[in-house]
Amino acid sequence: MDAETSDDEHRAHHDMGGVSRYQCLPVDPEPHGLTEFDREVDALRQMLSAKGLMSVDELRRGIEAIPAGDYDRLGYYERWIRSIAATLVRKGVIEQRELKDRLAER
Amino acid sequence: MSLPPGTPVRVKDDWPEARGPVHIRTPHYVRGRRGEVVRHLGDFPNPEDLAFARPAPERALYHVAFRPTDLFPDATGDDLVIEIFEHWLEVGA
Amino acid sequence: MNLVQVDSARLLAIVTDMLAEQGIVSRAEIAERMEITDRASPELGARMVAKAWREPEFRALMVADGSAAAESVGIRMRGLPPLGVLENRPGHHHVVVCTLCSCYPRAVLGYPPFWFKSTAYRARTVRDPRGVLAEWGTALPADTKVTVVDSTADYRWMVLPTRPEGTQDWSEEDLAALVREGDMIGVTVPRGPAISC
Repeated sequence: MDAETSDDEHRAHHDMGGVSRYQCLPVDPEPHGLTEFDREVDALRQMLSAKGLMSVDELRRGIEAIPAGDYDRLGYYERWIRSIAATLVRKGVIEQRELKDRLAER
Repeated sequence: MSLPPGTPVRVKDDWPEARGPVHIRTPHYVRGRRGEVVRHLGDFPNPEDLAFARPAPERALYHVAFRPTDLFPDATGDDLVIEIFEHWLEVGA
Repeated sequence: MNLVQVDSARLLAIVTDMLAEQGIVSRAEIAERMEITDRASPELGARMVAKAWREPEFRALMVADGSAAAESVGIRMRGLPPLGVLENRPGHHHVVVCTLCSCYPRAVLGYPPFWFKSTAYRARTVRDPRGVLAEWGTALPADTKVTVVDSTADYRWMVLPTRPEGTQDWSEEDLAALVREGDMIGVTVPRGPAISC
């Protein structure tokens, strides 16, 4: 079996080590500092973990559940906040109905 | 008892992500591939359970070395080392 | 509920509001946590590297137990993933990647940089480490062994680079100033002093 056949058969999107179609993508070595949004999401995740409400593995599971096209389109911490929200709803920490209503408000 | 350094192992050729929602830490590119135990890193709660907030028994975690050209014919590295949990490893093989 | 299409900043604000209103996580706690997190930076790791270059006992401790070495210089490691240290030697180089997400030795290097989290870095490093290093202008001799470490689980890995030539009498501070973030992940190697002719 060569690397090409093992690449995409059952692979999950986030599991991207060695995948052929990314091999010609240049790496952007610029630092790109974090935004206030990034730092806030990061801190929120740490607090939820510290309070035993959500593990880092649950965060990852939620990120991995994001469809491939959206995973690529969204920024790193944009994926995190979606995973955090989905996990908190699933675990009943915040109410889905309430979140939906607030998101619908203009 | 943990596997000593140098033990030949094969990573299970298993694809749980094709069967339903899972969270696994064994990258696709080593599934079914042969490597060698570098060392036992310790025992850690199984992330496959932690991700679903289930009770997570501790599992032995190993550093396992692979020959990069066994994984990618065009590899430019000389050695590839990955953390892999015991339940993904078959001994000998 | 489809959360994919919503505006990210709005989602964060609403989730934060709901958690604060229920008394689960306060805004003050988040602000405090941001401040604490901002304090970790590559300077911490660089200090450890410089100390290891000067003190053989510290080097031995660092390679055997990175967390204990970090604690011994005042970096809080309790409750954090264990720190593993990959020792570069002349002729043997290490580079760290996390192909599945972006596991990074945050306690000693701070937030992971943009490139470490990028698709290109995650996808290419396990297959073409020399090509990835070339993006930084790093060219290793052909006979140097390159070990790639895919950080897939519970450890966090940093590289202990080799000490540059011409730094024999340098102080720990001066040595630490040579060590950059990328040197401790293995995409670059510390540059020694410019040779004056």
